[in-house]
Amino acid sequence: MSKGQLPRWVDFGLLPALNLIAAFIVSGLVVVIIGEDPFEAVKWLVWGALGYGEGIGYTLYYATNFIFTGLAVAVAFHAGLFNIGGEGQAYVGGLGIALACLALDRFIPWWVTFPFAIAGGALFGAAWAFIPAYLQAKRGSHIVITTIMFNFIASALMVYLLSNILIPQGTMSPSSRNFEAGGQLPLLRNVFTSFDFGQSPVNLAFFLALAVCVVVWLLIWHTKLGYEIRSFGKNPDAAAYAGISPVRITIITMLISGALAGLMGINVVMGEQTRLLLDFAGGAGFVGIAVALMGRGHPIGIILAAMLFGLLYQGGAELAFEIPTISRDMIVVIQALVILFAGALEHMFRPAVVAFFDRFSSDTAEA
Amino acid sequence: MQVIDLIDQKGRATVAESNVPAIELIGVNKSFGPVHANKDINLVVGKGSIHGIIGENGAGKSTLMSILYGFYNADSGTIKIDGKATTIPDSKSAISQGIGMVHQHFMLVDPFTVLENVILGAEGGALLKDGVANARRELQRLADEYDMTIDPDAAVGELPVGLQQRVEILKALYRGADILILDEPTGVLTPSEADHLFRILRVLRDQGKTVLLITHKLREIMDVTDTVSVMRRGEMVASRKTAETSMEELAELMVGRSVLLEVDKPEVEVGKPLLKVEGLNVRDDRGVLRVKDVSFEVRAGEVLGIAGVSGNGQSELLAALSGITRAESGTMELSGEKLDLAGVHNAAEMRHKGMSHVPEDRHRMGLVNQFSEYENSILGYHREPKYSKGMFLDRDAIRKEAKERIEKYDIRPPTTEMTAAKFSGGNQQKIVLAREIECDPDVLLIGQPTRGVDIGAIEYIHNRIMDMRAQGKAVLLVSVELDEIRSLSDRIIVMFDGNVVGERGPEATEQDLGLLMAGVNQEAAE
Repeated sequence: MSKGQLPRWVDFGLLPALNLIAAFIVSGLVVVIIGEDPFEAVKWLVWGALGYGEGIGYTLYYATNFIFTGLAVAVAFHAGLFNIGGEGQAYVGGLGIALACLALDRFIPWWVTFPFAIAGGALFGAAWAFIPAYLQAKRGSHIVITTIMFNFIASALMVYLLSNILIPQGTMSPSSRNFEAGGQLPLLRNVFTSFDFGQSPVNLAFFLALAVCVVVWLLIWHTKLGYEIRSFGKNPDAAAYAGISPVRITIITMLISGALAGLMGINVVMGEQTRLLLDFAGGAGFVGIAVALMGRGHPIGIILAAMLFGLLYQGGAELAFEIPTISRDMIVVIQALVILFAGALEHMFRPAVVAFFDRFSSDTAEA
Repeated sequence: MQVIDLIDQKGRATVAESNVPAIELIGVNKSFGPVHANKDINLVVGKGSIHGIIGENGAGKSTLMSILYGFYNADSGTIKIDGKATTIPDSKSAISQGIGMVHQHFMLVDPFTVLENVILGAEGGALLKDGVANARRELQRLADEYDMTIDPDAAVGELPVGLQQRVEILKALYRGADILILDEPTGVLTPSEADHLFRILRVLRDQGKTVLLITHKLREIMDVTDTVSVMRRGEMVASRKTAETSMEELAELMVGRSVLLEVDKPEVEVGKPLLKVEGLNVRDDRGVLRVKDVSFEVRAGEVLGIAGVSGNGQSELLAALSGITRAESGTMELSGEKLDLAGVHNAAEMRHKGMSHVPEDRHRMGLVNQFSEYENSILGYHREPKYSKGMFLDRDAIRKEAKERIEKYDIRPPTTEMTAAKFSGGNQQKIVLAREIECDPDVLLIGQPTRGVDIGAIEYIHNRIMDMRAQGKAVLLVSVELDEIRSLSDRIIVMFDGNVVGERGPEATEQDLGLLMAGVNQEAAE
């Protein structure tokens, strides 16, 4: 083990755990400052997320969103691209899903609609990522800037579509009509009746998310395309030397990334809401960035990080309900602290841990 | 203590006479896990001398210097600076004790001016104005005293490499360095830039500075140092006065056996041209014409050497031929097939047509440093059917072949799983070489084949190139090492300012080639 190298379990297990603990300690201090008992808060947080069937259901439901957006960000990361546009891609992807459901739900059962909805979400998400990708590849317009701008364009576009085109006649709320049974993804509470999921909206999209994790893992580490994506991300000059076209890789990677983000709507639009509504993405696209960072770009890590953020979302809601002085905004603070420690301050504990393991490993070498 | 005794016997006379040594290391040890990088190192460096430390890649030179500069802490041992025992916990402390370091890879901010780079981290005060004025005065003084003129307002990124290095040296001197460590300083320099550097080092020595020169180039040691220490496999094996030793002795000490510095070049029957380039013009990103109307051919069983000071169009030539960049105009005939180089090509296509390419800079191009050995062993060939199963990579097949190559090319350590960055320079080059030779190309483009490579590996790489020649391949060799060009090539063309300024046989004298490389008798050649 050479200098600065850590065993995998430390890099992927211990360090994230340390970051997390630090985030919770600081959060605990904040809770103390506003005059509440932090242990009580943690109790409600964990109980709210994992203590009963409905809580678990909600945690999984949120995690599903974050897996999709986390994978989207991670795939782009592997090509050295920072896709901040997951939010907009998910939003527009939802439109593709809704259109598939609206077109088919009255004629065929959900499991026939399902593949069309997947295709619709992926296609629309990818299309939304294509323009920034093209601009980056051909014109050198920085993808961080263009994807952020496309989030706003997506938002404006969807407001227009929902309030002018998709809105059913005679209603006042900017959303599409409700899908019939043929456009509704079964909820887990109706599939696994032996487990009490309460009224939680967790649905079959959760399993789709897990399947997509496997696909992404295969894509990145086992296909020729994945090899090219990683080569390009790690060393663009070597990729050019190897005859890998930067234009091609940039565009293909962003299409995949956009498609993954676009699938998020399967969970919300087809699973929970069974209609397209305003702002359904609700920031999940941005949480995906933190999830991808914390998960080290690996599907397993992303699943774990998504579960953590799902837990914070659901447990946080419960906590705000049980201890009213800890408001909804406080929960956002706690989430922000986790992002801060896990993402931005990722390297804070690393030097100390490296030093510790260097000492440890040289001791054993001499022994 | 043994080694110090040894040094005394070997006549450290001049060094010992001058008072206390500038640096004294006693029994320094450093391990990284199971690797004992420095074993019981003893070293004495006299004040006001140029001391060379020579050894193969991975001999522990850089580790030792990193200990001196405070990047690493020694596991045990004593460090004495100016006779006083001290500790150097970090580089800040090294600087305050008068130790400056010029790294192999420069630590400069390209868009900043020389002045801004020099004061970076030593600005002195919240407002820049005073610091800048001070620095400007100080730079002027340093420039006068050490004959290191440089425009303080030039942007560093636009300076040639030799001057960038000078900025690094000025940075160290500005911080009050009395001991200057240079880590492989000539790796990036042209021969004339290297000569200039050595002149500066001599001036520094004459002004009382102590210079520690880390290198694996014997010639540099002989040229510029007063005393030299040899490292091998983490140990300090000998110290000598440069005047009392020879290249042969040092080479033997470095590798532990005598080395053939001459290459065995058998007679090979030359066949038909495999690579024919005509009227090649290449512009760089900034629109500057870097290769001007270059034509040549390389025949089967022939090595064509391209000599020249680096930066005279060789890199652009290789990039255009290998399909990485697009030429402005020009054609190439590859194994009988004619290609328009101004058209769209990519490197994969050229490989497919039988041309492989060992790039000049393996870190920038030849390898993905974070990839494991076996992943690097297919870079550029990853779409070959033998490596794939449908859209997937056939990892078992790739690993199996990588293992065979590791054995055949004696790549050490013999593992397919370690990342490329952790192999030594020579072994990294072997990974690239194995990949580009084992695909059985017709034409091999090879740039700076032995840059940053230890002597044992140099010999090996040269022999592989000779094997290619013996097998009737066409080899285009670009190198800034004249010795290498002369000993390997059948014909030599010299590039200057993008033009081919002359062609010579391998028997051409160094002066003759040197004049061509300097562009002196350009007119005569035309």
